[in-house]
Amino acid sequence: MTRADTSRPTLGHLVDGFRRMAPLSLFVIVFGLAFGVAALQQGLSAFETLLMSGLVFAGAAQFATLELWGDTIPLLPLVAITLAINARHLLMGAAFYPHLRDLPSGRRYASLILLSDANWAMAMTGETTAARLGILVGGGLALWSTWMIGTGLGVAFGSGISEPDRFGLDAIMGCFLLAMLVGDKRDLGVLLPWGAAALAALAAMAWLPPHAHVIVGALAGGVVGLLLPPPRKEAAP
Amino acid sequence: MTLTAANGGVLLAIGLMALVTYLTRAGGVFVMARVPIGPRVERFINAMAGSVLVAVITPMAVNGDGGARMALVATAGVMLVLRKPLPAITAGILTAALWRLVAS
Repeated sequence: MTRADTSRPTLGHLVDGFRRMAPLSLFVIVFGLAFGVAALQQGLSAFETLLMSGLVFAGAAQFATLELWGDTIPLLPLVAITLAINARHLLMGAAFYPHLRDLPSGRRYASLILLSDANWAMAMTGETTAARLGILVGGGLALWSTWMIGTGLGVAFGSGISEPDRFGLDAIMGCFLLAMLVGDKRDLGVLLPWGAAALAALAAMAWLPPHAHVIVGALAGGVVGLLLPPPRKEAAP
Repeated sequence: MTLTAANGGVLLAIGLMALVTYLTRAGGVFVMARVPIGPRVERFINAMAGSVLVAVITPMAVNGDGGARMALVATAGVMLVLRKPLPAITAGILTAALWRLVAS
């Protein structure tokens, strides 16, 4: 591997990111199928369901707001739940900012259109800035494509399928995110912020409104990291 | 504030949901582009990045059944030893499947 660390992602980086995300993306088909089935049962049309998956592309929020779609749609709950569940994107984007810093702002904000848990988590493990951008965008395209294929299958054949077991799928996503988290970390300095994040998330689940736990946990971890003495200088990661 | 589903209300609501979601995707970067990034902000951001995932995974471990928990343990274990995500995730999924096969 002698590829230079240029911050300019090429088509090759995008294709590489797409291919690296492809195996997990296949599982997303089943998530999408489950959503398509559930949305039809809620009374949304096939077109509306596909439009929502295509434009919103945020499974957790789409599932959580599903029961709001009826003859009338309460906008405040719709916006509040969407915001609460997707607020973690704010923190993920902030953490990714250093890799977007040198892009012109058009490409910078276009790169974020498909940001979601899986491609962001994998992008953070990329070797170079270009590789990270390739995974964010290429991997995002892989996830978006399979999410749409899944939603399409769900609305096409949905009536015949009882809702698939999402629980097993959640475990797959959990394993994937955990593998990305553990990554190639070698220093134990991360354990304190992570422990604080887990405890704060648990406390928020017990005492705060639903969906607050991700933000609370992430901010708690960040604050602990801020308060810890800076690590001794190592070779740049 | 409610919207009638008829006459394009659904489409409007979907558009609103998409807009809110995109603003969350872009908002963090928008703010960071306007914040001077010193070593303290950098430490905060670095610690927060992993903490987001910890906070996403924690409910899966707490609310999940034995299979989900053992899957996470297996994933972390294999990842720590081999440092390769694919075997780690495979080990996690197999563990969950086996656990549920035996437990049910």
